[in-house]
Amino acid sequence: MPAPDVLPADTLLYVDGVTVDFDGFKALNSLSLYLGKGELRTIIGPNGAGKTTMMDVITGKTRPTSGTVLYEGSVDLTRKAEEEIARLGIGRKFQKPTVFEALSVRDNLELASLGGQKLGVLLTMRTKEETRERIDTVLETIGLAGRRAVLAGSLSHGEKQWLEIGMLLIQDPKLILLDEPVAGMTDADTEKTAELILRLKGQHTVVVVEHDMHFVETLAAKTTVLHEGRVLAEGSVAAVRADPTVIEVYLGRS
Amino acid sequence: MNDRTTLLGPRGRIAMFLVLAVLLVSVPALNQWVPPGSPFHLPDHAVPLVGKYVCYALLALSLDLVWGLAGVLSLGHGAFFALGGYAMGMYLMRQIGDRGVYGNPELPDFMVFLNWSELPWYWQGFDQFPFALVMVALVPGILAFVFGWFAFRSRITGVYLSIISQAMTYALMLAFFRNDMGFGGNNGLTDFKDLLGYPLQAMETRIGLYVASVLALGIGLWLSIRIANAPLGRLLIAIRDAESRARFLGHRVLAAKLFVWTLSAMMAGVAGALYVPQVGIINPSEFSPANSIEVAIWVAVGGRGTLIGAPIGAFIVNGTKSWFTGLFPELWLLGLGTLFVAVTLFLPKGVIGTLIELRLRRAGPALAATNLEPEHAGA
Ligand SMILES: Nc1ncnc2c1ncn2[C@@H]1O[C@H](COP(=O)(O)OP(=O)(O)OP(=O)(O)O)[C@@H](O)[C@H]1O
Ligand SMILES: [Mg+2]
Repeated sequence: MPAPDVLPADTLLYVDGVTVDFDGFKALNSLSLYLGKGELRTIIGPNGAGKTTMMDVITGKTRPTSGTVLYEGSVDLTRKAEEEIARLGIGRKFQKPTVFEALSVRDNLELASLGGQKLGVLLTMRTKEETRERIDTVLETIGLAGRRAVLAGSLSHGEKQWLEIGMLLIQDPKLILLDEPVAGMTDADTEKTAELILRLKGQHTVVVVEHDMHFVETLAAKTTVLHEGRVLAEGSVAAVRADPTVIEVYLGRS
Repeated sequence: MNDRTTLLGPRGRIAMFLVLAVLLVSVPALNQWVPPGSPFHLPDHAVPLVGKYVCYALLALSLDLVWGLAGVLSLGHGAFFALGGYAMGMYLMRQIGDRGVYGNPELPDFMVFLNWSELPWYWQGFDQFPFALVMVALVPGILAFVFGWFAFRSRITGVYLSIISQAMTYALMLAFFRNDMGFGGNNGLTDFKDLLGYPLQAMETRIGLYVASVLALGIGLWLSIRIANAPLGRLLIAIRDAESRARFLGHRVLAAKLFVWTLSAMMAGVAGALYVPQVGIINPSEFSPANSIEVAIWVAVGGRGTLIGAPIGAFIVNGTKSWFTGLFPELWLLGLGTLFVAVTLFLPKGVIGTLIELRLRRAGPALAATNLEPEHAGA
């Protein structure tokens, strides 16, 4: 995909020809894609296709060998540190749920809401009224209002995933990256997660990486298929499902 | 990993300060007001001995602040302690004035012995007590800041950090052993006479130093608990358990670590400064790597991450040490090793950690997390 001279006006993120070379193995191979503002995008692809690596590049965890990632038209994320990228409004949920197990649900959310604050603020004892309200709102959204005082370590798998999504929401990011949010979830929990994500649509740009095709269909969003570090197909879920190459490398095997 | 043991409830905190108050009053009272014949009388030599333990307790607390809370296991905290001690020792040396063996009003004896003609630049100012006091915290603080800046910025964690902190204290030990460093070489600094004009041998001075040590420990505990209860404390726990996750939330991980690390080193420096006039000497062996490892054992015995456990561990281990070395002087290292293994096997959370755990278990899981809530819940 050659770089266009003018980006579409509503582009939030433009991944431009990104290659990640791990000692000769190209986890990403000149990958290019656009994300529009407020868009919900699902990304599918076989194991090792580079989905997680793509998120690593966007969030600054992995530096690409070549290529750029333009955010809001002008910021090149490949030159920013992880913390800076987080402060720019990009939040990420990891494949493996990582909440702070030794802290309560409420404290996890509070800590997330304080992301980027100066030390002086972190030493203040009183929680601001506004922060408290935001914590309550997010607790409602993720359905954990009744579990606020429980240690995050004792939550069920599904609850941990929602808490992690809540920790992203409380930071009110422009771009939310979710890596396999329903992996290992019960069907009921998967259903609830889909509802949660659909509620976010429009307010945030959300990228969901997922293997669960039923879940991807429920989200009914524009879908990108990755394969061997590049885009294999892109379009509606139905269009992608019907694409013969996609069926061959990915769907056909399951 | 349910380890909400860091924090005491409000009642626990009151109990802690009561214990400190008893410690503060009882030692001077038992020494001064109970007549020497009584079985409750505390002999004169015991006052600086308990005072020494209190300094160790503060040192242990300083380590728990970084290790228990932030997960940074320093095996070089003895260096910060020793630097604080040397800063105080330099003031005490200058206080000797012309009462040294050579009677030189400016130069400490060891410098006269080395045929030095004038005081090196870095000894200037140490005749002023306020200056020395500032240096007691500033010198360890600056070293810690520089060390921490490079180590944390390069994301050196875990065992690697422990190893380079050992190397740091070892290097300092070798440096301080050298005569030409100007810190008395092998012998270190000793033969102190008085502090602020009060003779160090006088009981009043000893009690004054004891009281100052307990107050310093109290302030240290108050400060540490204050940090642990603030959002910063929860951030440090988050960094300890999942550092990169904390970074992705946008937290300034480097600043947070550097802050407690430097504060902790300054606390260790203050402990060293109070220790030196009570034991009457500071020499390079205080930098020895084994000393720093011992501090980590005190913290482990008391209960890592509990803050109050660290001072208690220091008392338990050093009390045992005094008693044990009286009986079998050669076997102490073996005894210490056995104690450490026993605690690791039977009380992995240390004495206080285990007590807190038992209390939480009795109260049921619901209470486990409300431990903290009164501080900031309001909801
Ligand atoms: N640090 C690394 N060093 C070497 N190879 C790596 C590294 N990280 C990832 N890879 C490889 O890059 C390829 C892409 O990995 P990635 O995790 O992005 O795949 P994925 O699409 O997320 O797969 P999955 O569906 O299994 O999560 C894999 O073959 C992986 O082994
Ligand atoms: Mg992956």
